[in-house]
Amino acid sequence: MKNAWRPFGTGKAPRAFCVTLALLLVLLPAVSLAQVGFENQYTYTYDYWGGPVSSPDAYRVKLVVDSASLGLTKPMAVPGSLFVHGDRLYVVDSGNHRILQLKKAGDAFALERSIEGFTDGSSGGTFSSPGDIFVTQQGDYFICDTGNERVLKLDKDLNLLGTITKPLDETFDQRLAFMPLRVVADTTGRAFVLARNVNKGLAKFEADGKFTGFIGAMPVSRSITDQIWRLLSTRAQREQQASLVPTEFDNIYIDKKGFIYSVTTTFQEYDLLWDNARPIRKLNTVGTDILVKNGEYPPIGELTWGTAAGYSGPARFSDITVMDNEVYIALDKIRGRLFAYDGQGRNLWIFGGSGNMAGYFRNAASIEHSGYNLLVLDSLEGSITLFEPTEYGRMIYQATEEYQRGEYSQSADSWNQVLQLNGNYELAYIGVGRALLREERYSEAMQYFKLANDEVNYSKAFQEHRKLWVEDNIAWIFALLVLALVIPLVVGRIRKIRRELQEA
Amino acid sequence: MSGLSRALSKERLLNPAWWQRTISSLRYALHVIVRPFDGFWDLTHEGRGSMAAANTIVFLMLLTRVLRLQYTSFLFVRVLWAEVNVFVEVLSILLPILIWCVANWSLTTLFEGKGRLRDIYMGTAYALTPYVLIQLPLILLSNVVTVEEGAIYTVLSSISFIWCGFLLVVAMMMIHDYTLGKTAIFMIMSVFGMLVIIFVLLLFFSLISDGIAYFVSLYRELSFRLY
Repeated sequence: MKNAWRPFGTGKAPRAFCVTLALLLVLLPAVSLAQVGFENQYTYTYDYWGGPVSSPDAYRVKLVVDSASLGLTKPMAVPGSLFVHGDRLYVVDSGNHRILQLKKAGDAFALERSIEGFTDGSSGGTFSSPGDIFVTQQGDYFICDTGNERVLKLDKDLNLLGTITKPLDETFDQRLAFMPLRVVADTTGRAFVLARNVNKGLAKFEADGKFTGFIGAMPVSRSITDQIWRLLSTRAQREQQASLVPTEFDNIYIDKKGFIYSVTTTFQEYDLLWDNARPIRKLNTVGTDILVKNGEYPPIGELTWGTAAGYSGPARFSDITVMDNEVYIALDKIRGRLFAYDGQGRNLWIFGGSGNMAGYFRNAASIEHSGYNLLVLDSLEGSITLFEPTEYGRMIYQATEEYQRGEYSQSADSWNQVLQLNGNYELAYIGVGRALLREERYSEAMQYFKLANDEVNYSKAFQEHRKLWVEDNIAWIFALLVLALVIPLVVGRIRKIRRELQEA
Repeated sequence: MSGLSRALSKERLLNPAWWQRTISSLRYALHVIVRPFDGFWDLTHEGRGSMAAANTIVFLMLLTRVLRLQYTSFLFVRVLWAEVNVFVEVLSILLPILIWCVANWSLTTLFEGKGRLRDIYMGTAYALTPYVLIQLPLILLSNVVTVEEGAIYTVLSSISFIWCGFLLVVAMMMIHDYTLGKTAIFMIMSVFGMLVIIFVLLLFFSLISDGIAYFVSLYRELSFRLY
């Protein structure tokens, strides 16, 4: 018998065996992969070439909170913003002129109280279309009372501590209404207010409510086509054209160190690719953008975008949140996707989408984090989705943090575990390579950097490798050099002697 | 006897005199690149060059082109291997050279150019010598420099292109016995000529395929009706 072993034989027993084996092959990974990620969130990253590469899921849906699950008698109407403070979650329910204070109860959230107004001595007041809430470390509230054109500062028992109203300053256009949309405050109690129709940046108010100017105004971006049109048009036409204004911010977030992260959606598509649009900015105290961009591509969200299924154009971020490990996550309202970048501006993962399933959004309005968990508010659906990191996602954070703490070899171990789950993750190759570089294992580091197309780190490793190689082989190199000098001399001498002999 | 079988005929390949002539004409390329004015004049007018040597140089250039993809350090040449086709790589160099020669000959032959088609091809091929001489060692060099020292690579690489360009101009001047200004004009005209040739070729292929498609569909239609 020639073919003694036939994997797909005609016999009955082998076929049954094959079916069982096939079933096992299908089912086994499904079980084991579900534990580490690989569910249905469609997670991906962008590789060196700028193409999307599928990756295991970094997050999975843990919980969806909506009006029904909270037992609200009046369902949420156009909620606009989220804020996490300790184990409390604040939802700004703009349509119902109230702010819902939720408290973590076990794995779920329960309604603690509904903030609908404040007391000021004997009198009090209510909100009108509130836009945002910010809770300070001490537990005081800053509330953007957008409809009433003011920002309220309340203590935790809702007693009025102060009011910020339209600054009577000549730098503030007095014809405009003061419509505060977002507010953040630093540790000294200084408030930064993002107001509608104000394009000079963020209005800065001291702890006593005094207006002290704007920060973070962006230079006017004038596109090439605009400039050509202006060249071609007459003076009268030019005056009729709307004057070019700087971009407005869409949302702000203040991190633990007091840096304000902002997102903007007003930019030209082609400005993105040359990093002139800067949809995400990190502002220091004087309002300069200090966002680190060491990735192959700037943090702009989608790198390639087409027009499909009713969506077109690049990502437009509606909100941003910054974790303690400097990882920031921006929320794209066009496609409902979440983009995570590390402190160096390198893309960690992307997931999310538009739809009605858990983990998909119809109008992603606001994002917050609680530890490593993420909370996304869908303002159309009136629901909050809580995501928790998978083992894969947690491993990425662990590796990042270990490197930040200087634990390079542990970081390399973590990155290696990430590589076990995702062999296409360039950041992990760089992470392992950097740890190897610190351990002076240069040739191995070179291999990892080459896999990640990281020429700068590769060169660092190669320089050391080359130095060691030259030191080890200096005798050979020297001998070769001497030979290269001596041999032509000897040969020339011999030829000369031979010629002289012949002539003689 | 066709050109290829004549080129590879037994009498020729076993003839030591032919080998000697070819090797000396190949070594002449090293003379041409440093003394281009005399060199290119003698190349065609004194019969110092040979087609075999020209073909060798072009072959070496194509080889360099392919080798640099694989062996240059990734610091300088990034290759997305999924998108690479060696035949396309080779043809994207070879076809422009051939079309250049044809376009240049077609124009200069009407305006008192002295060069025949084989002279133009030979001149062009000899002018490419610095590319081979510099780019081939650069492949090795690229593997022993860091990204900070990469300027050496870039500068040498640019030198090879500038040198080739200069040689091409001189080659055209000497082969056609033109002045510098006339050479410049006819080189620019040749580029337009290349575009015209490519356009005509595309038009030709598209018309032929349309014509064939017409008869194919006619046959299909008839075969459906008749059966």
